Amino acid sequence: MSDPFSFQLRQVSKRFVKGKETITIFDGLDLDIPAGDFVAIMGPSGSGKTTLLNLLGGIDHVTSGEILFDDRRVDTLTENQLSAWRAANVGFIFQFYNLMPVLTAAQNVELPLLLTNLGRKERRTNVATALELVGLSDRAAHYPREMSGGQQQRVAIARAIVSDPQVLLCDEPTGDLDRSTADEVLGILKLLNQEHGKTVVVVTHDPEVTRHTRRTLHLNKGVFEEKTALA
Amino acid sequence: MNQALLVAKNLSRRKLRTSLMLVAIFIAFFLYGALECFNRAFHSSENSGAAERLVTVNRINFTMPLPVNYAGRVRQVEGVTSVSYQSWFGGYYQDQRQPLFMFAVDPVSYLEVYSGIQLPAEQRRAWLTNRSAVAVGKTTAAKYGWKVGDRVPIASNIYLRKDGAKAWEFDIAAIFSDPDDTAREGLIMMSHDYFDETVTFGRDQVNMLVFSTVSPKRNDEIAKAVDALFANSEAETSTDTAAAFNRAFVAQLGNIALIITLVVATAFAAILMIVGNTMVMAVRERTREIGVLKTLGFRGSTILSQILAESLLLALLGAVLGLGAATLAVAAAGKFIQGFGSNMNMTAGVFLGGVGWALLLGLVTGAVPAWSGMRLQIATALGRR
Ligand SMILES: Nc1ncnc2c1ncn2[C@@H]1O[C@H](COP(=O)(O)OP(=O)(O)OP(=O)(O)O)[C@@H](O)[C@H]1O
Ligand SMILES: [Mg+2]
Repeated sequence: MSDPFSFQLRQVSKRFVKGKETITIFDGLDLDIPAGDFVAIMGPSGSGKTTLLNLLGGIDHVTSGEILFDDRRVDTLTENQLSAWRAANVGFIFQFYNLMPVLTAAQNVELPLLLTNLGRKERRTNVATALELVGLSDRAAHYPREMSGGQQQRVAIARAIVSDPQVLLCDEPTGDLDRSTADEVLGILKLLNQEHGKTVVVVTHDPEVTRHTRRTLHLNKGVFEEKTALA
Repeated sequence: MNQALLVAKNLSRRKLRTSLMLVAIFIAFFLYGALECFNRAFHSSENSGAAERLVTVNRINFTMPLPVNYAGRVRQVEGVTSVSYQSWFGGYYQDQRQPLFMFAVDPVSYLEVYSGIQLPAEQRRAWLTNRSAVAVGKTTAAKYGWKVGDRVPIASNIYLRKDGAKAWEFDIAAIFSDPDDTAREGLIMMSHDYFDETVTFGRDQVNMLVFSTVSPKRNDEIAKAVDALFANSEAETSTDTAAAFNRAFVAQLGNIALIITLVVATAFAAILMIVGNTMVMAVRERTREIGVLKTLGFRGSTILSQILAESLLLALLGAVLGLGAATLAVAAAGKFIQGFGSNMNMTAGVFLGGVGWALLLGLVTGAVPAWSGMRLQIATALGRR
């Protein structure tokens, strides 16, 4: 019996057409991400890291090839099917947090739950649990502008995990944070991977990140050079 | 939290901008509400009865009197069925600031000509037999809390009493309604005989004759015959349908209907552009947030509804405030020009019409941003900073 996979990419190509110009980012890329993996993706700027995350998360489309999640094709889903799939399976964490400035921390975390059929009480319990997990229970009523970058990023993590998705896709989650705050955030991601079994994919420029991950993929000119991180 | 809260929060994130849009919408709907009520009050006097009746006034203008004996001569004209006459009394109750729309009339013929007036038989009898009694329209009666049997003092700012007393004491003999011509329900009528007996001047003179004919089709011909009768006399006449007279009376105001339409249309065009443009900018500012919502799994159609809900909420809020203010303003104005203005009321029709326009405004101003929000590509939205 083979390992269960979160993601399998089969001969994925991605091109951007701008006027007469065609930019090829990936050409026949293969990638397996087993369930429960914690993988760092590094590479020079413009190598396609964000594009890869977008493809995995179904917010951008492959030009050709297949993407499977839990052995099911996701590249063939319609927009509305993808929305539902994302809501159920994927949490996103961005470099600049991307919280709603008009909502409090708790309300931001609650957003994904509005798409579920959970009642108010259950939603409140889940929000409290998620905020507790990132250590921000006392900040529930604060607005993003009242919080530090590290705190905002922890709220963003709480929002990404509140509906208990299998996968976390993180695009330079520590890119805007100082060393110790970055380590805190990475600690939370590590906890989510080890204690909660989440599959975590982290795009980063920060070599320190690789000390926490199970493995690191180096993306260069659309191709992976795999190196396993030292424990 | 729910999506309604998100919509409300988005709307209130820029308080000044939202307030300015609300003010713009408020003004447009205040204008719409007030002017539309004004407009309707005028046109309500052009009802069917008024088209059938003829009115004769002094040819110089309607404030100049006619001899009361003209009534008898008009009655002789072929095709005329009933003739009545009336004089403007200039009455007020207690205080000049409470003017009454009061006429001295010949009660018997008045009720014949204005056959739409409804009053109980015993009240009719009481009014016809008691010369010092008045018949009061139900709006005016309600306004002052008058009941049949009350005795009320009414003074005139035109006429003086022979006996030197300041006010006339009138018994209220009847309270009438006129469902087909509710403007009439603001009037109050005294007996012309009693008027003649008690005033120091103005006896045997009337402001206008009002009469009915066998058929509206013959009105032109009959009007000519009446005016011919008094040609070259000391008081020449001008006869027209009551509707035409009412229109002439508000002639200076008549073109207002057109101006009203233009003002309201201009105001709407202006807010359509202001609010539409502001909504586009407001949503464009949130491009990234919309991208995030979609990333979280919100559908395009949900984003579309959120933005439309926002623009609808804005339009409805401004409109209801504006229409509410118009309701108060119109009620105040209606009190001031009671009588002809007794139809100056916010009607459900005008109010709901305004709400309808607000829905349209909300949909139109929200359409472009809502559509682009729905179509927005997540990767593009997140790429922008
Ligand atoms: N919508 C688009 N249209 C055209 N080209 C695009 C588009 N999105 C990305 N690209 C191009 O694809 C390439 C990869 O972009 P991507 O954002 O994935 O790089 P990255 O590895 O995340 O870089 P960085 O480390 O700077 O974030 C870049 O050359 C970029 O210009
Ligand atoms: Mg990137």
